[in-house]
Amino acid sequence: MTEKLVIIGNGMAPGRALEKLFETDPGRYSVTIFNAEPRVNYDRIMLSPVLSGEKSFEDIIIHGDAWYIEHEIMLYKGHKVVEIDRENRIVRSEQGAMAEYDKLIIATGSVPFIIPVPGHKLAGVLSYRDLDDVHAMMLAAKARGHAVVIGGGLLGLEAAAGLINQGMSVTVLHIAPTLMERQLDPAAGYLLQKELERRGIEVITKANTKEITGTDRVEAVHLDDGTIIKADIVVMAVGIRPNSGLGKEAGLAVNRGIVVNDQMQTSDPAIYALGECAEVGGMCYGLVAPLYQQANIVAAHLGGDHGAAFVPQHTATRLKVTGIDLYSAGDFGEGEDREEIVLRDANAGVYKRLILKDDKIIGAVLYGETADGPWFFDMLKNKTDTREMRDTLIFGQAYQGGSPLDPMAAVAALPDEAEICGCNGVCKGKITGAITAKGLTTLDGVRAHTKASASCGSCTGLVEQLLHATLGDAYNPAAVQPMCPCTEYGHDDVRRLIIAKGLKSIPAVMQELEWKTSCGCAKCRPALNYYLVADWPGEYEDDGQSRFINERVHANIQKDGTYSVVPRMWGGMTNPKELRAIADVADKFQIPAVKVTGGQRIDLLGVKKEDLPGVWADLNAAGMVSGAAYAKGLRTVKTCVGSDWCRFGTQDSTGLGIRLEKFMWGAWTPAKVKLAVSGCPRNCAEATCKDIGVVCVDSGYDIHFAGAAGLDIKPTELLCHADTEDEALEIIVALTQLYREQARYLERIYKWAKRVGTPSILANVVTDRDKRRAYYERFVYAQTFAQIDPWEERVNGKDAHEFAAMAEFGMPVAAE
Amino acid sequence: MTDWIEIGDINAIPRRGARCVNTPSGKIAVFRTQEDQVFAIENRCPHKHGPLSEGIVHGASVTCPLHNWVFDLATGQAQGADEGSVRTYPIDVIDGRIFMAAEAALVAAE
Repeated sequence: MTEKLVIIGNGMAPGRALEKLFETDPGRYSVTIFNAEPRVNYDRIMLSPVLSGEKSFEDIIIHGDAWYIEHEIMLYKGHKVVEIDRENRIVRSEQGAMAEYDKLIIATGSVPFIIPVPGHKLAGVLSYRDLDDVHAMMLAAKARGHAVVIGGGLLGLEAAAGLINQGMSVTVLHIAPTLMERQLDPAAGYLLQKELERRGIEVITKANTKEITGTDRVEAVHLDDGTIIKADIVVMAVGIRPNSGLGKEAGLAVNRGIVVNDQMQTSDPAIYALGECAEVGGMCYGLVAPLYQQANIVAAHLGGDHGAAFVPQHTATRLKVTGIDLYSAGDFGEGEDREEIVLRDANAGVYKRLILKDDKIIGAVLYGETADGPWFFDMLKNKTDTREMRDTLIFGQAYQGGSPLDPMAAVAALPDEAEICGCNGVCKGKITGAITAKGLTTLDGVRAHTKASASCGSCTGLVEQLLHATLGDAYNPAAVQPMCPCTEYGHDDVRRLIIAKGLKSIPAVMQELEWKTSCGCAKCRPALNYYLVADWPGEYEDDGQSRFINERVHANIQKDGTYSVVPRMWGGMTNPKELRAIADVADKFQIPAVKVTGGQRIDLLGVKKEDLPGVWADLNAAGMVSGAAYAKGLRTVKTCVGSDWCRFGTQDSTGLGIRLEKFMWGAWTPAKVKLAVSGCPRNCAEATCKDIGVVCVDSGYDIHFAGAAGLDIKPTELLCHADTEDEALEIIVALTQLYREQARYLERIYKWAKRVGTPSILANVVTDRDKRRAYYERFVYAQTFAQIDPWEERVNGKDAHEFAAMAEFGMPVAAE
Repeated sequence: MTDWIEIGDINAIPRRGARCVNTPSGKIAVFRTQEDQVFAIENRCPHKHGPLSEGIVHGASVTCPLHNWVFDLATGQAQGADEGSVRTYPIDVIDGRIFMAAEAALVAAE
């Protein structure tokens, strides 16, 4: 017999409680939820990125509709509960929906505190609490204008940063002398204020709002010192108060919040209160960590485990404004029995302060550099004795002990709420939880289930360490990583066997190497196609259907399904005729955006797919060809003006750049290849962060390689010096061919070089002249099949099916 | 009683490829697998609205070109750990001619 569980409120805390309950006691309760908001459960903490435009609502959904269906939850969206009938154990919503309960959870959260100054009810006075508030702000921001944010705490500042991102001008009014005074000491508050002002946000502290004025809607805010600030909207973000009205009406004990014991039960044992509406031990909580702890306790209690009890914990705070690093935890007031350690670096804008009592950290404020925050916080929670490391403590974890700290121990020491993946907002606990619950043993598994490391990949190392720390020896990354789930072979083995067995088509590779799927997947097919193109020039017929869309239609797909078009500008040089043709094509096809790229050429953005052949035809007519801006292949050769124009130029860097680009265009490579040639060591073409870069000197050409300036930043290494332009070209071409033959698909030059080692590269393309020549000649041969402008081919009818619909239904033609 | 409309010849679609049918209410992607099976689904990934017709086709699945979600062409269900689905539309192939149910044009997803 299932019991009836009713939940009033559908925020993060009850969501977590249900997850936990379904894990431990699946099927015990039939669940009904009343949500006053007309939507599913979402991550309220992430509203600020939604406001600033960095995320969309879909990104922050925690439980989609499917989750409610899967767990057979009756979810009333947009139903506000107006009555709890404790005698008959029934709740009733405004619309009249009723539900009986055996157990009831009140999780009504909080309501924004609105200062009752005159004018606070005018149109245009908003709060910052839920998605509707965010939408209201975004709508107001469309009209630009000026926003006044009242409240310089966490929420107010996130709102201010979001609004300025949306194009409004913003004034923040704060009643205390420094910002975020509950989380930051005055020094850090000052640094924060300076940074916000640098971004164009006006900050007025010690500001006491007297009145909001306006006839139909808000027009100005008056302070009690007589200052008047014009305002098109006012956002009140001065605080929240527990939404406990329903509990009070039902006759439950209520102070500030609904009073609960440490097992989260109200004065009626059948009713729990959970989250921001609950008052436990005289305290109401608003940050996510203690609320999740409460959720776990409610879930345990519902499951019959009455041992768990709420213990107040310290919480750490981060400001979620891109580019501002701020971390605060614990208690940082001054006192006689306290010591402090302070580190300031004015140039770098870094401020760190630790507060110690009896050699233990009791508070930490970090500004500008916060990587050690979780480490300090962990010691704070564990009351770690810091006497031994006192002298170096403030410099952080990396400076402790004689030898570098074991990264595994460091990752194991991180608290569960430490954020590992910044792109997808995944914390350590979620990753280790998924590893255990789902039995994951690979990086791919973690990516699929948690999204950690699935976007930019810069946290891959951390995720692997977590796998290792969680699984111990069961995690074996040293084993060859298969190319994809279709095969046991790794990339290197596949490349070796393609040559050794003379495999010259994708079906041949799949047959001979015993592929486990009939026709591969989106991971292995593009890789195999590249390997075959590179290894069998002139013999292998390129398989367009195994190429990613960009390489199939020779343009870059954009987020809205339109394309961008970038013609080549050899060495970054152009002329009036080309520019005129680009301008004409932009007009003719109503191309919405024209942008200068970082690679010294011009990008036409927002081209409709069906217009591509027309755009290309016009560009071709002006002598331009595809810039391959979409290709795993040669992209740009960036140059400076060199000895042609520059008074410092030592060689003709522009000429060499053009020569290289004309020699190498059209070549497919494992990953994109970007070149640059600088005319002197001042290096205006930024050659020393490219895949291959040349820095001209008086005596010739320094050839650099293996730089990176993307996910990783890495200066190039010097490969060698060449005396003449011809020699430089031969070495660069040979190096590229070696890379084409050895690297794994999608492996950039710097990663390949790190894997095979510089000595082996030197031996092949520098010291042994015969080998160099052989690589060079193989490249030249392959180019005879590669240097065909793909745009021209398509203008002349190749792959016409790509650019036209198969059929049209109805009239008029579909609107899209 | 289903009305069927002919939308074209199977050879108009490359194997392991797709083409679109435009309807007044949106695009329908028509896929042809290596084994000449034909499927029609909504041309819009539920994740970030990627055009699925531009994805790489493998087996009876397609990988979205924007963020690599994989969909089963027959059921429209997302594969692996991703959750979501796209609408599917009935298709009939007779002598290499592809027919789509007429109401598909009217009920196509937005």
